[in-house]
Amino acid sequence: MSDAVRAYTVRLELVDEPGELLRALEPIAENGGNLLSIFHERGNLTPRGQIPVEVDIEATPDRFDAIVEALRRAGVNVVQAGAEQYSEEVTVVVTGHIVDTDLSGTLSSIQECGQASVADVSLSAPEGTEGVSSARLRLVTESGGASAALSAIRRVADEKDLRVITPLAGGEA
Amino acid sequence: MRLAVLGAGAVGTSVVELAGDYGHEVVAVADSSSAVVDSSGIDPETVIARKADGGSVGSEDPEAALAADYDVLVEATPTTLGDAEPGFSHVTRALDRDRHVVLANKGPVAERYGDVQAAARDSDGSVLFEATVGGAIPALSTIDDVGADHVTAVRGVLNGTANFILTRMAAEGLGYEHVLAEAQDLGVAEADPTFDVEGTDAALKCVILANVLYDREYTLADAEVSGIADLPGSALDLATEDGRTVRLIGEVADGEVRVGPRLVPESGTLAVTGTRNIVQLDTEHAGRLNISGRGAGGPETASAVLADVGRLARR
Repeated sequence: MSDAVRAYTVRLELVDEPGELLRALEPIAENGGNLLSIFHERGNLTPRGQIPVEVDIEATPDRFDAIVEALRRAGVNVVQAGAEQYSEEVTVVVTGHIVDTDLSGTLSSIQECGQASVADVSLSAPEGTEGVSSARLRLVTESGGASAALSAIRRVADEKDLRVITPLAGGEA
Repeated sequence: MRLAVLGAGAVGTSVVELAGDYGHEVVAVADSSSAVVDSSGIDPETVIARKADGGSVGSEDPEAALAADYDVLVEATPTTLGDAEPGFSHVTRALDRDRHVVLANKGPVAERYGDVQAAARDSDGSVLFEATVGGAIPALSTIDDVGADHVTAVRGVLNGTANFILTRMAAEGLGYEHVLAEAQDLGVAEADPTFDVEGTDAALKCVILANVLYDREYTLADAEVSGIADLPGSALDLATEDGRTVRLIGEVADGEVRVGPRLVPESGTLAVTGTRNIVQLDTEHAGRLNISGRGAGGPETASAVLADVGRLARR
């Protein structure tokens, strides 16, 4: 592993309270990260009512790992962390008997296939946990790995008789 | 041109009604049990009134319409799968007589494209079928103009009933069954909506597009199809929260045909609302073309039929 400095993007979700942004930035400086830019989406709330913030930093890989760890230790919600040029995001909606077919097992299977990590999960189960429900999953994959990740998630869904609604690739540009 | 119109449903009767406006003459009309033939031109109003009244178009046998002296046979009988009969035989019988055929019926070009093309090669007549894909939308003639070899992918929303249901589910937060019942009350969905909500209708249109784009023959069996029946409202809610929505998208790319519910940006080009359809073409030199409009309806689809008749007249 090279110890050259690289650019990373960290995606955070902050509680809408005074001082939260500063609290999130301190661990970056304290662990030797060079802050390049902050994109603070004030007024744009995530489904959980938090404020999304994107931070670009420069650091060596070792220091970057320490930064992410420090952020998490400080209670900052890190939803995505990685070298910008190596990550790709894909969002899918899964429907069916998600909860009573072991949702966490489904998520683990997706993680274990090694193609993607599950960055965010939103669940909607208006009929209760034993009825038909839906989950929106945000997956982070290596660049170019999205189609392999989608195949993996389809395989897991087939086993549990769930439906996967995938994004249309190339449909909008 | 002198037209023989087979099929007296919404599309067939609209062709009969509008043909005069486009400078053509209808010399025969048949439904499944009767026909009217008049070599000096039938009177559209009489035929339409008779059909609306008693259910038959005339007093002759349907066979008489096939035997009439016409230039173009307009095949607007209901789409059938498998052997695509009786539509397929209507097509070959017209071609055997060196007459042109314009199809509104998807069956022959979706299920037996190779056979139709072979029959057309042996005939002085031609077969056109603009009305089979996207109703009033000039999808096939645009592909013809761009050149099938220069089209790299086609995708779109090709079923108005499914799109109406998805639009209402997302906008009102209602469940599938509820919106389907509403669509049936409005006449947007049929009493048996299977063909539309299971994705079959959209898949047939995509198969026709694939037949036009690629060298090999495609049928419904070559398409990967999933529909929107029983899609939970919660799936649309989650998509909406994330700035997206769900549309039943048909896709023809890299030699494959796929129809299924997909996530698209909520305010994106493909997220047309209500019964509207859209066809999106990726082209080699012309970039991306989007054509949206009414994908069904009697007069709308008849306009595509009559556009084909016009093309044949100019040849």
